[in-house]
Amino acid sequence: MSIRVAKTGNEAVAEGMRQINPDVVAAYPITPQTEIVQIFSSFVANGKVDTEFVTVESEHSAMSATVGASSAGARAMTATSANGLALMWEIVYIAASMRLPIVMPVVNRALSGPINIHCDHSDTMGARDAGWVQIFSENAQEAYDNLLQAVRIAEDKNVLLPVMVTMDGFIISHAMEVMHLLEDEKVRKWVGEYVPENPLLDVDNPVTVGPLDLYDWNMEHKRQQAEAMIQAKPVILEVAKDYAKLSGREYGLFEEYMLDDAEIAIVVLGSTAGTAKEVVKALRADGVKAGLLKVRVFRPFPAREIAAALGGKKAIAVMDRSDSFNAVSGPVFAEVRSAMYGVENAPKIVDYIYGIGGRDVTMDHIKSVYDDLAKIVKTGQVERALTYLGIRE
Amino acid sequence: MSVPKDAGWKDVPKAGRILEPGCAAKYETGGWRTYRPVHVPENCINCLLCWVYCPDMSIQVENGRFKGIDYRYCKGCGVCAQVCPGKRGNKALMMLLDEEAQGAEGDTK
Ligand code: SF4
Ligand code: SF4
Repeated sequence: MSIRVAKTGNEAVAEGMRQINPDVVAAYPITPQTEIVQIFSSFVANGKVDTEFVTVESEHSAMSATVGASSAGARAMTATSANGLALMWEIVYIAASMRLPIVMPVVNRALSGPINIHCDHSDTMGARDAGWVQIFSENAQEAYDNLLQAVRIAEDKNVLLPVMVTMDGFIISHAMEVMHLLEDEKVRKWVGEYVPENPLLDVDNPVTVGPLDLYDWNMEHKRQQAEAMIQAKPVILEVAKDYAKLSGREYGLFEEYMLDDAEIAIVVLGSTAGTAKEVVKALRADGVKAGLLKVRVFRPFPAREIAAALGGKKAIAVMDRSDSFNAVSGPVFAEVRSAMYGVENAPKIVDYIYGIGGRDVTMDHIKSVYDDLAKIVKTGQVERALTYLGIRE
Repeated sequence: MSVPKDAGWKDVPKAGRILEPGCAAKYETGGWRTYRPVHVPENCINCLLCWVYCPDMSIQVENGRFKGIDYRYCKGCGVCAQVCPGKRGNKALMMLLDEEAQGAEGDTK
């Protein structure tokens, strides 16, 4: 039976890491790091895990050491947030292109400046083209569940890509909620033993990793990387199915909430989905056909599946918790609208940039979005394609 | 591992990994050379500093004595000629323009 506990998101993820018992965790244990590695380091100190904990001098080094450990053949993890992720940048790309199945929880927080430490998605969204699988979580339970699944996804022979598991800074990472942990033994068995593909420490089969790769073959290796991301989609679904057997909790590429017969819907990632579901419930009680699509997997982006789920709706609002500063839209909108191109009877689609720098997003805000959608359906007119939700004009 | 000429992206090892050890021997880098070291035996004291310093393995040694230069890999960096003490101020390695030095003494390949 699973264990009912009250945990913050940070604690839940640290517990998950303890149960995974990775060979190596490298981390820079000071802000912009999170409590995750701090809690995990106490597990190391108390002998609860066998992990080699490498304290490094920066996040750039944290990812570098993780890449080194993973290349050697270790199951290697780290965790980060915001500017820490930004400092890792160079090596974040290298981890993916070296096809290392590193799992990294990322606590979503704003990239400074002006200096801000609160929740938005600008850190992870900035890394969306780095070649990592990206999985978003609505609450601590999902962050924990996604973390365990991430190990199996990353290490699948058809994938071999690093995976970021995200949770909203403070809203999930620091808020305590009731959730269910699985038993240690169950998790260890389910996650299984890691069998690396070409480990450097296999001295009987010496290999060179990360060599110079110029115009003669680099494009082919990038094509392989793209293929791994394509292959990740069915793997994510298979792993989710198997995880449901273990935990009783079901996951897909995205979650549909009262979407089936909805006429208006919003597309949202992370903790705001929880707030929005309450709004949908209230609207439904008033007879409004409102629905919601919560994107769980942002990379690989489930374009075809989302297009199928949203086709036939009348109006859609995409919620972006970061800006692309491209003068058109946020990143999620760009993906969703692109997915809808050419779909018959495509709904009208508008974008809302919200919750930047931890700006609170209330049920009233979300309600106003649905009201806008209802107006678009009624008039057939889109007044504003992009709205900064709750901005002081 | 040599990659067949008609190989595609599905055929090559992931991430550019090289799965065969020591395969640098197959890549003859001597073609990069502009200048080549040429050996002058009468000035050589067989100190083998050239062998120690050569960043490749182009200086060949036999029975503790200078034997020759493997031009298949010599990139003409000139380090050997720089460190060569020679005899009485006369170096035992000279850097000559490659095309002018073909067939000069000490040319083992
Ligand atoms: S020129 Fe450079 S590469 Fe060639 S033998 Fe001398 S040291 Fe070696
Ligand atoms: S460094 Fe000069 S003197 Fe010494 S072995 Fe080489 S060629 Fe001869």
